[in-house]
Amino acid sequence: MTHRRRALGPQDHAPTRGTVVLSAHDVHVAFDGVPIVSGVDLELRAGEVLALVGPNGAGKSTLLSVLAGDLAPSSGSVRLHGEDLHGLRLSDLARRRAVLLQEQRLSFPFHVEDVVRMGRAPWRGLPEEDDDDTVVARSMEIAEVTHLAPRLFPTLSGGEKGRASFARILAQGTRVLMLDEPTAALDIRHQEAVLVQAREQAAAGDAVVVVLHDLTLAAAYADVVAVLDGGRLSGYGVPRDVMTSDLLTEVYRYPIDVFEHPDRGELVVLPVREHAVRPTPGETDRQSSILSKGQRDARPDDPRHDLPDSPTLP
Amino acid sequence: MTTRSAKVTALFVGLAVALLAFAVISAGSGQLRIPPGEVFGSVLGRLGLATDGVTHPNGEAALWSIRFPRVVMAVLVGAALASAGALMQGVFGNPLADPGVVGVSSGAALAACTVIVFGWTFFGTWTVAVFAFVGGLVTTLLVYLVSRSGGRTEVVTLVLTGVAVNAMCGAGIAFLTFLGDQQAREQIVFWQLGSLNGTRWQYVTVVLPLVVVGLVGVMMLARRLDLLSLGERSARHLGVDVERLRIVSVVLVALLTAAAVAFCGIIAFVGLVVPHLVRMIVGPGHRVLLPASALGGAVLLLAADLVARTAVAYADLPIGMLTALVGGPFFFWLIRRTRRTAGGWA
Repeated sequence: MTHRRRALGPQDHAPTRGTVVLSAHDVHVAFDGVPIVSGVDLELRAGEVLALVGPNGAGKSTLLSVLAGDLAPSSGSVRLHGEDLHGLRLSDLARRRAVLLQEQRLSFPFHVEDVVRMGRAPWRGLPEEDDDDTVVARSMEIAEVTHLAPRLFPTLSGGEKGRASFARILAQGTRVLMLDEPTAALDIRHQEAVLVQAREQAAAGDAVVVVLHDLTLAAAYADVVAVLDGGRLSGYGVPRDVMTSDLLTEVYRYPIDVFEHPDRGELVVLPVREHAVRPTPGETDRQSSILSKGQRDARPDDPRHDLPDSPTLP
Repeated sequence: MTTRSAKVTALFVGLAVALLAFAVISAGSGQLRIPPGEVFGSVLGRLGLATDGVTHPNGEAALWSIRFPRVVMAVLVGAALASAGALMQGVFGNPLADPGVVGVSSGAALAACTVIVFGWTFFGTWTVAVFAFVGGLVTTLLVYLVSRSGGRTEVVTLVLTGVAVNAMCGAGIAFLTFLGDQQAREQIVFWQLGSLNGTRWQYVTVVLPLVVVGLVGVMMLARRLDLLSLGERSARHLGVDVERLRIVSVVLVALLTAAAVAFCGIIAFVGLVVPHLVRMIVGPGHRVLLPASALGGAVLLLAADLVARTAVAYADLPIGMLTALVGGPFFFWLIRRTRRTAGGWA
């Protein structure tokens, strides 16, 4: 870029829901002649959560690197807010998109609050800098790391590091969020919390791309799912259309069931587990006695009461 | 975090007071003792603020032609080595990086020894400094390229690279010692021991601009070095041009190391010990770490030089020997501590 661009703040690009903010056209990436991503077309709209799913080595992280501007595609183009992504200056890019990586590392023992505050770096010297304190405090609250603020980052558990890094990404205050397996190290409550927050960001008009391994999570929280297989898009659309037993079974090379939760109607994606532990006839008494004890203790409104013994498959 | 800013203030005030105290004591110590009051008087006299100078007839000359240049040189070299160490650790994301350990100092020394042996004078007084800079730059680049893989530097790789580079430079210096005549040999030996003995204003005027440029440059990188500790990709996502940051850093490390090595030889471990102690007191933020390390390095070297001059009567101990004597065990302790905690830098 030869000319200086006006700084982009959260006020800019006021979200009009449905506007395309990020688009990939016929993106190819090859390392040493080996194709990793082939002919991918994607659109990310404001107010939308896009989930990238697929088996290991399908090219999810590589595609995310391309979308984040870390890696120039071998051919094809990526446009962010209508401009060529790889032509943008790094500082400009840093005010438009934030990226949460899988691995959270830190070379020196900074305090958690300092780490979150690093997310504000792109706004230095701009009017938005005045909001630093409020944004940092708010981000830490959302990611539930406020109580960890005075702790040293390297002393945190994997899940706590993940949440602290998520707070840093939120503090960056960009309208496009890219999350690479944000739920990997988290327990169930925090997994849901991260994706609920992703939905809230989308509700506020942000655009979110998230790489996920948990297909049920993807089905529950994404507006659009992109299924990658061998670097190509095998499916792209709303979860209910794309995440079918047939397609997932083919892509993952493993039998996968997709069915609706009997009460809530959500999609549940479950691998077929032929070798799973099942109660053998001799053990039935012990199993059922444990089960009945559990049912005795459960409150009447416990959803477990309504679960059928074996889900009816579509 | 008011306790932290109080700590930072206390550290800077403490270091500044220590610097001034050591400077005055150092200037007053030696075969000819000059009381602190007279040292102050002499400085004020030169500034035209006082008339009472040093009482001893040779005092004024001893202060201004021998001791003050040496004191200023100790301050400059200490600041250069410590901030080069802190910078290198920031760029490598590794608290064991140090110009001495990694071999940059010996690379600069090798180049400087070449100048001594062949008696080159291409750039006048600056010849040694220029060659030391080039030697330091080449070794820093070499270490940097060899020890990095997949975007990070493992401790073991870094230390082993240092061993290899130090061995090669040691061989080169040994060969030059063999080639050189009597006088060159003596100079080379003095080099490897490290000493501030015989510092003249002429040398100070060469070192001063290098250190000033180096320190200003280092300070300008502080915020970006903080972000770099998140890893290269995350730093880039926050708008840091990592490649450029690294190249500028390598040049600055070479510049500062050359400034330190040019006239005083190899003084090891200052860049390792000082930043580490500063980090323990005020944390790893580079905006505080870098200036505090520079100040701390100046204090340490001033104190070490005072010991070198006064520990044994009528003898000037090599300062590099002293810093290695203290720094060696410290390095050992650092490795032990790392193994126990693996605190974020395997």
